[in-house]
Amino acid sequence: MAAPEMRDPIESGCPDGFQYMHPVMRRNYGLWAYHEDPRPGVLVHVSKTGEKIWTVRAGTQRILDVFTLRKLMDIGDTYGDGYVHFTIRSNIEFQVADGAKVEPLVKALEDAGFPVGGTRNSVTSLSHTQGWLHCDIPGTDASGVVKSMMDELLPEFKAWNMPNRVHITTSCCQINCGGQGDIAINVQHVKPPKINHALVGNVCERPSVVARCPVAAIRPAMVDGKPSLEVDEKKCICCGACYPPCPPMQINDHQYTQLAIWIGGNHSNARGKPTFQRLVAAGIPNNPPRWPEATAIVKKILECYKAGAKDWERINEWVERIGWPRFFEVTGLPFTKYHIDNWRGARANLNSSTHIRF
Amino acid sequence: MATNNYPTPMLDVLEEGPWPSFITGFKKLRDEHPDERIRNVINGLMGQLEHSYETKMGYWKGGTISVFGYGGGIIPRFSEVGHMFPESKEFHTLRVQPPAGNYYTTDMLRQLADSWEKWGSGLQTFHGQTGNIMFIGANSVNFQHFFDEINEYGWDLGGAGPCVRTGMSCVGAARCEMSNCNEHAIHRRLMNNFTDDVHRPALPYKFKFKVSGCPNDCQNAIERADFAVIGTWRDEMKVNQEAVKEMIMKKAKEIGKEGDRSAGRQYMFDNVISRCPTQAIKLNDDDTITVDNGNCVRCMHCLNVMPKALQVGDDKGVTILIGGKRTLKIGDLMGTVVIPFMKLDNEEDYERIVELAASIIDFWAENGLEHERCGEMIERIGLVNFLEGIGIDPDPNMIKQPRNVSYVRTDGWDEAAEAWFNRKREEKAAA
Ligand code: HEM
Ligand code: SF4
Ligand code: SF4
Ligand code: SF4
Ligand code: SF4
Repeated sequence: MAAPEMRDPIESGCPDGFQYMHPVMRRNYGLWAYHEDPRPGVLVHVSKTGEKIWTVRAGTQRILDVFTLRKLMDIGDTYGDGYVHFTIRSNIEFQVADGAKVEPLVKALEDAGFPVGGTRNSVTSLSHTQGWLHCDIPGTDASGVVKSMMDELLPEFKAWNMPNRVHITTSCCQINCGGQGDIAINVQHVKPPKINHALVGNVCERPSVVARCPVAAIRPAMVDGKPSLEVDEKKCICCGACYPPCPPMQINDHQYTQLAIWIGGNHSNARGKPTFQRLVAAGIPNNPPRWPEATAIVKKILECYKAGAKDWERINEWVERIGWPRFFEVTGLPFTKYHIDNWRGARANLNSSTHIRF
Repeated sequence: MATNNYPTPMLDVLEEGPWPSFITGFKKLRDEHPDERIRNVINGLMGQLEHSYETKMGYWKGGTISVFGYGGGIIPRFSEVGHMFPESKEFHTLRVQPPAGNYYTTDMLRQLADSWEKWGSGLQTFHGQTGNIMFIGANSVNFQHFFDEINEYGWDLGGAGPCVRTGMSCVGAARCEMSNCNEHAIHRRLMNNFTDDVHRPALPYKFKFKVSGCPNDCQNAIERADFAVIGTWRDEMKVNQEAVKEMIMKKAKEIGKEGDRSAGRQYMFDNVISRCPTQAIKLNDDDTITVDNGNCVRCMHCLNVMPKALQVGDDKGVTILIGGKRTLKIGDLMGTVVIPFMKLDNEEDYERIVELAASIIDFWAENGLEHERCGEMIERIGLVNFLEGIGIDPDPNMIKQPRNVSYVRTDGWDEAAEAWFNRKREEKAAA
């Protein structure tokens, strides 16, 4: 049989964004003078040329079906100027050159069920990962956790109640595709992989699986006369990294997954240097379809932050100022041995001063 | 209407509440899409997802597929419970590179939706955490057709696997007064110079470019990019003193003390002056502001609070940080400053940044271990070896503080000191 004729790809790479950009933005590229925030979810940028562009930001369900996408496009055509932009947290933004279009656009979005907000000192949409819908090592779903949590946080999305902006991220395993957040809800696998020894020899390239383990817990072994791998369960931190190159090392488990909450990841250089997030709570039940326990802790942290932080303080700055003991006190979260770092360079995270508040 | 829908009692709960529900969208595709193939695929997907919710387990496994001519760009997904939900047992995702800055016209998005509905599941995401448009759910027969169709009208796959990954850039100069560079030009220059490395995975592991136009770093580049480009400036911040005065009175009004100048000044002390990390900004008695530009570290705080009164300077450029990444394998690492300041004005400057990226990728490709990110390699071999490998001189901006462990051989000290003085002399002569 003759091989079918294949078409060579056009390796065009990253497309030029200018062709899709609102003409006002194209004309004023690099000429912006300042911006104002007329209301939550709306920005107006003013150019040195005097031209203005209004932006209306709305939350979406991130996993969009074509009907929803077209509904958003219809709104963009009828009430906007036909140009959109997506933010890093899957908010959609519509740009219009005429301020009179803003209110009808906001109304059309809200009427269609897309909340307008997520700017300035609000809680913007959660960024999220793949979860049960698509990944191969997820401890939980991502879309579902995000949907449940945003249902509860909607008033904070639509208002400017927080001391500064709040970025929340999710990750469905410790690998943490979701990234750093002021608050991060991440899944912990808490049991080592279960190994199907009959399959390892045929399926896995053993040296590369051994190399993948961050704590050198995997060793080659002969099991029942067949080449396989074994895991030192005391060392294993249950990251799941051995699963993708070696599916017989099953990490997914219905019992041993928990949610954990981390706070204080802040990628901006404003005031302080960028910071990584820190563990504050673990052992939270992985409880679909609504994960109420995780949401309750997130809300509690937000409430304490709102009450205790000064204007412009991000969560990490608030905690740095009041100290970690006070953080655990005001939030009522337990402090345990698991909060004490024991990874590389851990002693840098221990207290070597007498800076103690009583 | 589809007839044999799998029951989804748990997913149904996710339709409650005010936030837009992905399940409602899925159901619309399952129940109302004119194409039976899509109705069935989504029915199968929902069946499997419900099964995941019930059993708290994921059921996808990977594999290897790509379009003709490429080695990556697609995340293959095969169901482990395909016997229960055969309609969606193949459910691959195509990672498609978005335009720099993530701008779209509604027409363009409609065109993509039309193609995707023809060949795929009708589900897509704007965007994944690496920045791709993700078209979720093509089977092994259709993904090539979908790619061919969108490739004809201007779209290309992004990276997956050990390769240069899709880049990200902030809104920047298109709509942000904080911008110090042409983010979109930088993004496209860097990415499109490495197209071959995007499509044919042959590197030790992933390599990511991200561009933010100022130190607010809206793209999270320092923490998540192997090659982070951050716009900055090195001359004086611009101050509009009239706007400072206006701001003081406006703030007084906002906190309910209209006309009370001292209340407005107090706000400025509490929120601007005392928050400057280097005490570089001062509020004068006449409500003007003085900035000690030599000590300003361009943190952006005061500009964020007073966007109308303060603006970035004229002598703009970028800072480059190398080696940021997330947890696997040695823990989270931030990028390290490798180039404190680089001008990006003309063609030559752009060639220089592309050459720098190429020499970093080459050095890492040669010296990185399998599955080792660039930042991990730097940790293993030390920054100095890395700098020598890519031909960059050491600079005190690369460190937080000099070494504090005394175990070091310093027998090359004199030559190193001489190199430093020579460099300083050259810089002076060039200035
Ligand atoms: C050892 C394994 C893995 C590591 C270390 C890892 C790490 C990451 C990280 C750090 C990101 C975010 C990147 C960024 O911020 O730019 C990411 C994105 C992502 N990961 Fe993973 N990941 C791993 C395995 C997987 C697997 C098995 C899947 C399976 C589906 C997966 C799917 C994704 C997807 C779909 C994205 C978003 C891609 C995009 O935006 O285009 N990852 N990964
Ligand atoms: S966080 Fe883990 S489970 Fe979730 S998408 Fe990333 S690798 Fe997969
Ligand atoms: S789960 Fe992680 S720590 Fe445990 S054996 Fe696998 S790679 Fe190593
Ligand atoms: S990184 Fe800076 S320039 Fe880019 S969008 Fe954010 S604030 Fe604007
Ligand atoms: S940008 Fe930051 S460091 Fe510079 S004056 Fe303003 S607050 Fe101070």
